[in-house]
Amino acid sequence: MSARLERVEGRAPEPGPARGVDYAIDVQGLSKSFGANRVVRDLSMRVKRGQIYGFLGPNGSGKTTTIRMLCGLLTPDQGQGTCLGMDILTQGRAIRRHVGYMTQKFSLYADLSVRENLEFIARIYGVPDAEAAAADAIVSLGLDGRELQLAGELSGGWKQRLALGACILPSPQLLLLDEPTAGVDPKARREFWTQIHDLAAGGVTVLVSTHYMDEAERCHEIAYIAYGELLAQGTVEEVVARSALHMWRVTGPDPAALARELMQQPGIELVAPFGTSVHVGGRDRAALELAIARFSTREELVWRPDSPSLEDVFIDLINRSRDGLR
Amino acid sequence: MNGVAGSLRRIGAMIRKEFIQLMRDRVSFAAMVSIPLLQLILFGYAINTTPRHLPTAVLAYDQSSLTRSILAAIENTKYFSITHHPVNEAEAEHLLRSGQVLFVVEIPAGFERAVRRGESPSLLVSADATDPVASTSALAALGQLVETSVRRERFNLDDAPEGSGLEKTPSPFEFRTHPRYNPAAVTQLNIVPGLLGTILTMTMLIFTALSVTREIERGTMETLLAMPIRPVEIMVGKIAPYVMVGALQAAMILGAAVLLFDVPVVGNLALLTVLTGLFILTNLSIGYTFSTLAQNQLQAVQMTFMYFLPNILLSGFMFPFAGMPTWAQWVAETLPLTHYLRMVRGILLKGATSADLAQNILGLSVIMLVAMVIAVKRFRQTLD
Repeated sequence: MSARLERVEGRAPEPGPARGVDYAIDVQGLSKSFGANRVVRDLSMRVKRGQIYGFLGPNGSGKTTTIRMLCGLLTPDQGQGTCLGMDILTQGRAIRRHVGYMTQKFSLYADLSVRENLEFIARIYGVPDAEAAAADAIVSLGLDGRELQLAGELSGGWKQRLALGACILPSPQLLLLDEPTAGVDPKARREFWTQIHDLAAGGVTVLVSTHYMDEAERCHEIAYIAYGELLAQGTVEEVVARSALHMWRVTGPDPAALARELMQQPGIELVAPFGTSVHVGGRDRAALELAIARFSTREELVWRPDSPSLEDVFIDLINRSRDGLR
Repeated sequence: MNGVAGSLRRIGAMIRKEFIQLMRDRVSFAAMVSIPLLQLILFGYAINTTPRHLPTAVLAYDQSSLTRSILAAIENTKYFSITHHPVNEAEAEHLLRSGQVLFVVEIPAGFERAVRRGESPSLLVSADATDPVASTSALAALGQLVETSVRRERFNLDDAPEGSGLEKTPSPFEFRTHPRYNPAAVTQLNIVPGLLGTILTMTMLIFTALSVTREIERGTMETLLAMPIRPVEIMVGKIAPYVMVGALQAAMILGAAVLLFDVPVVGNLALLTVLTGLFILTNLSIGYTFSTLAQNQLQAVQMTFMYFLPNILLSGFMFPFAGMPTWAQWVAETLPLTHYLRMVRGILLKGATSADLAQNILGLSVIMLVAMVIAVKRFRQTLD
């Protein structure tokens, strides 16, 4: 698919001219520290135009910091790159005109009405006929009838919808969405993702951070970041395939006790109870099978080979990166 | 855990938590320490309600050993300090109107000769009586202290036995005092124009000091910064509405001053309008600077209060400016209210012109520019 496929996971793409491929985001070696705390280390990524790019990682892994560096809200200590073909270090203002940034926390004016918020944004971005643009946005967001309500009084789902509407009002070419669906019900989430796919089909590039694995699977490509480092990048299938994890599923009585027992075994690196069964995995196939063989006398247990899920892969990545940092 | 022991434990936990929070909020802590210190120093050292060493100009048309003795006696009262020697009446008038001196002593030509002839000539003392507190006791001292000491020194009345009647001989000369601008010593004439400056300072500072911190506290600053808008544009957009609020307040106070308190409008109202605009802008810039320094709205309010205190006490609003020690006067020169009070009292009561107020206009402009530069520099374009 792209030149990026050849890379070993966890390695940054080599910087260089993007031949024939149009990248909306192309940054190399971004680093950022707050005091002694290095929040992002040597992060490089490329996002093609029109793609939905999922940005995953545990809390405090540097996702928000990276997004803020991309839209010029934070200055990187090191690194360089372009956003929509403009230099992130010197052309921040020009970039901001074409980027829609949706913050993690609702950050429209709670004491302005829905319409007043949208009109304000349209005017700041210089959208021609701000009032008409806001009125159109209200209809397309399904907020008609609520346009006079104060934004702070909307429910969580409607706030999220309004925030996204505000982001796309100035027709940006790139959307940076920081955990846009946190705390939103499943139906609203599904509608949100339908909208994101419509936007991408229209040529908008979307970088979206999330904790939800099902959302990651809706992205064209994903990147996984932990402790400020990019650990994996590619399509979901590629990331799973590259993980080289071998998984088994074991079903039996008292899965919690079984899980505790399995965790003690050498060769078993991942143990996760799922309802009545336990997910067991490891990178060394022989060692894993040897460990499982030790349970062969326990007839109440039913073992079945399984394929690793995205979550298994990420948990494994975190465990290994934490060990590597020690 | 029930009963007294349980209650004490919970109270203890609460006290502990409050202390931790208190120590962590640096600005609140600074306010708790600095406000009493500030008040102690200002009230203890700077403020003096019977001010001495008031700046005085001498317009001498007669220079003789007698006039020198009289001037020495005037200075010896400690109420007066001769700072200027104008050459003509126009200059003396300018000094008085611009507030550089509070008194002008005019010695007429041929004064000594007239004394020798026993004509009992007059020395004219014009006083800036806008602030009755500052001028009254000094004027009272003139007649008693100066006359007595000059008579003793020059006319050898020291030896006159008590009750001999000699000390009651008619004065060889007399002081004619002329309290100007507020001859009836009405306190309101001084206070009400001053209130214009004080009220504007308070409201303008509070509104703008909250404006940026409110956005930071509510998280809207992040959205604002991610938009294609410049910091200067944000500042101008935030300050402009309050210029209008300030103008409205000023019009209300001025109207009340004229209608309810009979404050005269001797000078040019257009000049006052322009300078009030300058004063409002200066306060808004300072408030905006606080807004970029404070971490939250509470801190912004505390900073405003810490700043408001010296403004009220040192500017000459509550206590006579001329009565303060030099260091306090220098501090006061950096406060916008000091300059504005001279402007508003000068224009309304004394008919001061822009030439009379040039120094204060310059001072206020410099303060405004400094505040604006700090505000723009301090305003963070990023979240770094």
